[in-house]
Amino acid sequence: MLWAEGLRHAFNEGRVVALDDVSFNLAAGQTLAIFGPNGAGKTTLLKVLAGLIRPQAGSARVAGGRRAIGWIGHQSQLYGHLSVRENLLFWASLYGVPRAERGARATDVLARLGMTDRAEQPVWSLSRGLVQRAAIAKALIHEPRVLLLDEPFTGLDLGAAAELRALLAALRGAGRALVLATHNVDEGAELATDVAFQLRGRFVQYAPRAGRGSAEIAEAYRRAVAGTNG
Amino acid sequence: MGELLRQTWTIARKDLLLEFRSRTAIVSAVVFTALVLTVFNFGRDPTAVSALDLAPSILWVTFTFAAMLGLNRAFQLELENQALEGLLISPLDRRSLYWGKLLANLAFVAVVEAVGLPLFVLFFNVPVGRVLLPLLAVMALATLGFVAVGTLFSAMVVRTRFAELMLPVLLLPFLLLPLTYAVQATARLLADRPLSEVAGWLRLLAAYDIVFFAVASWLFPYTVDE
Repeated sequence: MLWAEGLRHAFNEGRVVALDDVSFNLAAGQTLAIFGPNGAGKTTLLKVLAGLIRPQAGSARVAGGRRAIGWIGHQSQLYGHLSVRENLLFWASLYGVPRAERGARATDVLARLGMTDRAEQPVWSLSRGLVQRAAIAKALIHEPRVLLLDEPFTGLDLGAAAELRALLAALRGAGRALVLATHNVDEGAELATDVAFQLRGRFVQYAPRAGRGSAEIAEAYRRAVAGTNG
Repeated sequence: MGELLRQTWTIARKDLLLEFRSRTAIVSAVVFTALVLTVFNFGRDPTAVSALDLAPSILWVTFTFAAMLGLNRAFQLELENQALEGLLISPLDRRSLYWGKLLANLAFVAVVEAVGLPLFVLFFNVPVGRVLLPLLAVMALATLGFVAVGTLFSAMVVRTRFAELMLPVLLLPFLLLPLTYAVQATARLLADRPLSEVAGWLRLLAAYDIVFFAVASWLFPYTVDE
């Protein structure tokens, strides 16, 4: 469903390496959690996968192309002066959802996210947690097969973060492939079927989760970071 | 082509709806137009230079700077919540993004001109009744030209620091030609010269529009992709 092969990318004329020979592939129902400190190149990797950045070497491909991708980041990509529903209809139109289906899709996705009563509110008037839910609704409106998640828990309180984790687990169960990039191991480990540690652009570890718990992954991550810094 | 035009309308409709809701730029541009025309009206010496000599330049300088307010906002609103990234991740064709922004900007400037032209007639007491249709043709062609170029530059500068300062600095040199053509055509129309004297300027404006619309449509994807 998603393939990345030998990705390399650097900024500032090669001085800042964001991607260094990154390869992986992901099948339906898999979730790759990428852990790394700020500046490790996680967002660059997601942007390459989404087609926002053309890598300097290597290639990435998503089955179904751009229409198959949903993006959830710490910025909502929603327009503040439009209502939640107007935003969803706009993005559904851009993704080629047939006009006759857009309204029903928006109603359905808002109901799944518990936002039916907020549908007509302008986005600027929502709390951070509700904006993030609306952003998730936007990412799901075209029923993407691959979800790219860039620090999606940023700014959410504990309850909202737990809700988001449950929703992502349900999406994985429904056959979506998820790539989750975060610097916080506790937030993403439970969801992962595969785990990668990205440091200075390189996957220093990339393996199936294989029953490891969050604490075990967190400890391995701390060792990897300490080893790289040392 | 049908999908391109559908996406173009989706973008334009969204931009117009956002402007209708916030009214940030349009109110500023209309007030700016009224103020500039007022200042020029009371700031000139009517015994030294006739209104007909000054009016065409004043009209186009006013419209150009009022339009800058809308052009500045065209892509600024996409920075809110990083909506621009969402647009670029989506299957939206880059040309549709440009054409949609162009369409919304043209509607914006048309509103400014619809308010500005009656004020211009009122303040400068220039006879436009008999030449209204050709004058509207000049306005349409000149506006299309400078908005086509302005929309491209708006995308170029949006991720730079001081974007609002950069836009006029970069854009104005490219507007010298259409503004010159528009001023010349308007001056002849207001002086009641035969339409044959205006036709040449209209053809030049049309040529500018075709060339710069085509070039901007081709260059636009390079300005928004990283």
